[in-house]
Amino acid sequence: MSLVRPYGDTTGDGMVQLSFTLPIEHSKVAEGAAVQLANKMGMDPALVVHAKPMGDGFTFFVVYGRVNHLVDPSTVEVVERDYPLLTPKEANAAIKRSLRRRLVVVGGCIGTDAHTVGIDAILNIKGFAGEKGLEYYRELKVVNLGAQVSVPQLVEAAREEKADAVLVSQVVTQRDAHLLNTREMSAAFREAYPAAKRPLLVVGGPRFDETMADELGVDRVFTRGTTPGEVASFIVHRLTSPRTPSSPATTTTEKAS
Amino acid sequence: MARPTSQLGLDRADVRQARTLARQVGKPIVDLATRHTTVSVERATLRLAGLGGADPDGTPWVNRLADVVRADVGLEHGVSLPVWDALLRGDADDLLTLAQKAAAGSVTFRVPEGKDATRAASASRKAVAAGIKQIDRQRIAREKMIAKVGDAPSKPWIYLIVATGDIHEDIPQAQAAAREGADVIAVIRSTGQSLLDFVPEGATREGFAGTYATQENFRLMRAALDETSRELGRYVRLTNYASGLCMPEIATLAGLERLDMMLNDSMYGILFRDINPIRTFVDQRFSRQIHARAGIIINTGEDNYLTTADAIEAAHTVTTSQLLNEYFAKEAGLEDWQLGLGHAFEIDPEVPDSFRLELAHAMLARELFPDAPLKWMPPTRHMTGDIFKGYLLDGFFNLVGALTGQGILLVGMMTEAVVTPWISDRDLALQNVRYVMNAAGKLHEDFRPAPDGFIANRAREVLGEAIGLLEEIKDDRSTPGQPPLLSAIADGTFGLMKRPPDKGRGLDGVARKAPDYYNPATEILEGQ
Repeated sequence: MSLVRPYGDTTGDGMVQLSFTLPIEHSKVAEGAAVQLANKMGMDPALVVHAKPMGDGFTFFVVYGRVNHLVDPSTVEVVERDYPLLTPKEANAAIKRSLRRRLVVVGGCIGTDAHTVGIDAILNIKGFAGEKGLEYYRELKVVNLGAQVSVPQLVEAAREEKADAVLVSQVVTQRDAHLLNTREMSAAFREAYPAAKRPLLVVGGPRFDETMADELGVDRVFTRGTTPGEVASFIVHRLTSPRTPSSPATTTTEKAS
Repeated sequence: MARPTSQLGLDRADVRQARTLARQVGKPIVDLATRHTTVSVERATLRLAGLGGADPDGTPWVNRLADVVRADVGLEHGVSLPVWDALLRGDADDLLTLAQKAAAGSVTFRVPEGKDATRAASASRKAVAAGIKQIDRQRIAREKMIAKVGDAPSKPWIYLIVATGDIHEDIPQAQAAAREGADVIAVIRSTGQSLLDFVPEGATREGFAGTYATQENFRLMRAALDETSRELGRYVRLTNYASGLCMPEIATLAGLERLDMMLNDSMYGILFRDINPIRTFVDQRFSRQIHARAGIIINTGEDNYLTTADAIEAAHTVTTSQLLNEYFAKEAGLEDWQLGLGHAFEIDPEVPDSFRLELAHAMLARELFPDAPLKWMPPTRHMTGDIFKGYLLDGFFNLVGALTGQGILLVGMMTEAVVTPWISDRDLALQNVRYVMNAAGKLHEDFRPAPDGFIANRAREVLGEAIGLLEEIKDDRSTPGQPPLLSAIADGTFGLMKRPPDKGRGLDGVARKAPDYYNPATEILEGQ
């Protein structure tokens, strides 16, 4: 694929829009400062199409302009799905065939995070984006611990339930709480289980970077827009296919086609 | 005053039946609540008697004292008799010294009997009455200030949130938000405070996605908003959250420091925080009695049901919860004007007629609770990060608010689910509200849904489903020996969460009252 530029209404026009606030009273100087910022960001020419005072000493701007940057999709690194998408029926059948028992999933929000929206979207039968949650899968036993579960509680629940997979959702990201909590969680599981017995660790949330799984010590990171079907498919794929001793690569560089 | 006939064609008999059912479902819970006390109710009582502050580790003295009393004589008698008995016996000159000595292990408590009990009861009542008098004074101060500087100029009141984690950052942000047009400022609590079994002490500068509710933070913010109210010539109200394990204490602190609104839902903590149901209902009743006395408007949390369940399928659970919240609130002494019953604009915008459905649900709430302010909550579930679409959705949310005379409108942010609101997000959101209110604020004068049209039919359908659900709850015997509502909560009737009465956080802080249980606060609040 060839190099591309942003598209306004003509191929190659490079047009982008931008809005921001500067901590200055609205004036001609403020508008000039907005243009200067846009220029420094690579927009040239930059056109301030809207400027409005917001509170004392602040001005909000909307700027349209042209950028000359080219982007090269062939050098973009993404995590491509490395497992087949299964319907709930196929997932159930795969579990039955290979485990001959229900697959146990324990989930929750760890740390002080009280936002269960993510874990509930994946686990609750209600689901997300038109897909039913994991509770809907007959061969999955889902234990949703809800919000504000401590790491020791999570480990204990995983042991008690003999969890095959542990799902953790992290929405709050202040001071990188999501990363700290995830590392604490994966360390606790490594300590509590021998490597071969450790449940599959899956973490998700809108601000995670999918490529960080290894660094965080988990088996998979899911990010914004993940559906229950994707999570179920991943878990089933990893737990019903022969387990590879080393952690498989989660990052693949692939030319987008 | 004669009510206008129903625009939705609601049958008065149905409305009466819904309320009767709510009472039948609620009454056994009230009975259960009056048979129990909790550590937080007892600590709130100590706070009313003037015990504040914390030990060097930050554990409040009310916790230290209540814990020792409990260890010595149990919780079932209440802390008042043992504590004031110890004071009368000369173990300490005042509550703080007693708490310090108790913490050091140099005081042993007993349950006084006979004349000693009478004297301890009367001394405790005197001490607690002083705290309730302070709450009364704050209520009068609010009324006087509103009379002097003026009230919010129009309905709905514009409700804006600040949440930096640092009270000293919150203050200028709250003042700026008030200057930009907010009538109500809510300081979101730090994530996780609801599960703390103590109220942190002092001014706090660190929190997660919010600022800790503490007495000092309350005081600082109220003083700052008083200043801004005088500057703007309108009283700016302050909101916080009486929920979680310390609900009664936080309600008490709110009364003492003249907060104006408190989030205070009867079942939220049970369903969404896994707090024990009995603990919640006991704490709930005490906190609502305090709110009633303090002239605080409560905001209930029905919007939360719609964040986990489908907003169309679960519409009747909102109505059901509103009816229950109303019953519990009135039983605790709150009046209609204090009932900010919650509901939300959460229907998937891809659903055909989603706006008409929203309008039907909002009109139903308005007609069922004509004298309650109602708290109208903006879309969150279907705010996707497409801020442009989100801005439009917020506009339609505002339009429903205008059309249905909502009392309290929480301003929706187009960056919901993206970032905590930026200064520009707030300004744009307020522009959205102003445009809709200017352009269509009086549209309700012209707008009448067709008598047998889509909206009226949908409203009647939801009311019918709510009545059906209340009937089902009333007959729920799945948890033997417990009130039907507890059975219903246990089997997942609300918000898909199953919360049995013998599980959940804070259960160990609940005690069944002994025959000699005494609590001067309850006695005064119930007008005995």
